[in-house]
Amino acid sequence: MPVTVKTFATSGEAAAALSSERDARYLGGGTLVMRALNEGDLSISTIVRATDRALTHLDVASSRITVGAGVTFARVLAERELAFLHPVAGSIGGPAVRNMGTVGGNLFAPTPFGDFAVALLALDATVAMQSGYGARDVPIEEFLSGRARSSGGLVLSVSFQRPSGAEAFRYRKIARIKPKGASVMTLAAYLPLSGGRVNGARIALGAMAATAVRAKAAERALEGRALDAASIAAAVAAASEGTSPIDDSLASAWYRREVVGVHLRRLLTGQE
Amino acid sequence: MAKTALQFRHNGRDVAIFVDGGTNLLTALRDLVGDMTPKFGCGQGGCGACTVLIDGDAHLACLTLAETVEGHSVETLDGIKDGPNLHPLQRAFMEHFAAQCGYCTPGMLMAAKALLDHNASPSREEVVNAISGNICRCTGYEPIINAVLAAASGGRARA
Repeated sequence: MPVTVKTFATSGEAAAALSSERDARYLGGGTLVMRALNEGDLSISTIVRATDRALTHLDVASSRITVGAGVTFARVLAERELAFLHPVAGSIGGPAVRNMGTVGGNLFAPTPFGDFAVALLALDATVAMQSGYGARDVPIEEFLSGRARSSGGLVLSVSFQRPSGAEAFRYRKIARIKPKGASVMTLAAYLPLSGGRVNGARIALGAMAATAVRAKAAERALEGRALDAASIAAAVAAASEGTSPIDDSLASAWYRREVVGVHLRRLLTGQE
Repeated sequence: MAKTALQFRHNGRDVAIFVDGGTNLLTALRDLVGDMTPKFGCGQGGCGACTVLIDGDAHLACLTLAETVEGHSVETLDGIKDGPNLHPLQRAFMEHFAAQCGYCTPGMLMAAKALLDHNASPSREEVVNAISGNICRCTGYEPIINAVLAAASGGRARA
């Protein structure tokens, strides 16, 4: 069924259109919305687009990195300053999907997709949103937990602090097909050390709940302690706490809960 | 519902069509331009059969809103041959038995072309990565990988 396509020059106008129309969806790279249309999703009556160049802006100059919502994964991979995110962007889709899919769109990708959002959750990103009523910054955790019931608004960009060191940010995606496959589970951890002890641990899990979630019990097990066998064992034991994975064609919920600790241990010990 | 006028370059030639709202590029190419080389596989971005190049980069036509290519250049398999002469990639696919049923072949060739256009002498791993978004259920991929590598080294020998 044909839909109405509304293209705006500014993100503000696009955001206002999204806020005023319940059945409008924002089209970024197309990998989610066009797929829904191809599958005959009748809930979409209007597609909203914005050609605003601000949406593809990338600011990597300072310690606070800002990535426009319309920045593609291919662009992330081409940016040397974002080398710590290359394993994340490279784990998503094949080259064509990476040329299309955007960082902003990934925040809306349903499980088992949304690997970039897992990394952003570990990095404690802030999501800059614009609606018809104004602009606001939303912590990513709040954004993800409210995603299902969030009313109209447009994601403009995400921003986050550059990890303090190469070892501080870790990521791995477990997939059955390499190099391209959807996630059995995805793990990202930000583990800044101060004086040899973990200070401000954030561990995020993908495909372990309806959205990316933090493994808060595992974070608590590491917080204030050295990253040694004892603290890692405690984190591993708590890894599945608070998760609610689903059965899908890639893995059962039982399997995901059983192995999340194994993969967390490998992530924390740097084991292949 | 009103149709939208759309103009873009298709394999080096200007085309103008009218599309319904929400029409994807694959439908536009096949039904309105008459280019049957991009194939419909899954409509979900999972198979790569509809891979085309937009301004030189691989995109999935089925997930591209047709009107977003207004003013851009779209290249499909139909445009890569030179008159009666096959493109070196096509020849290599033939010589290495890289096509069996042939359904994935147009997408594979365009994904491979996107790679070789940017990287004239890729490693085996780079070839695997370049076609990782394209599913083939016949060949087991090895003949395809070998064909792309052969086309790459053939290109070097000519240059």
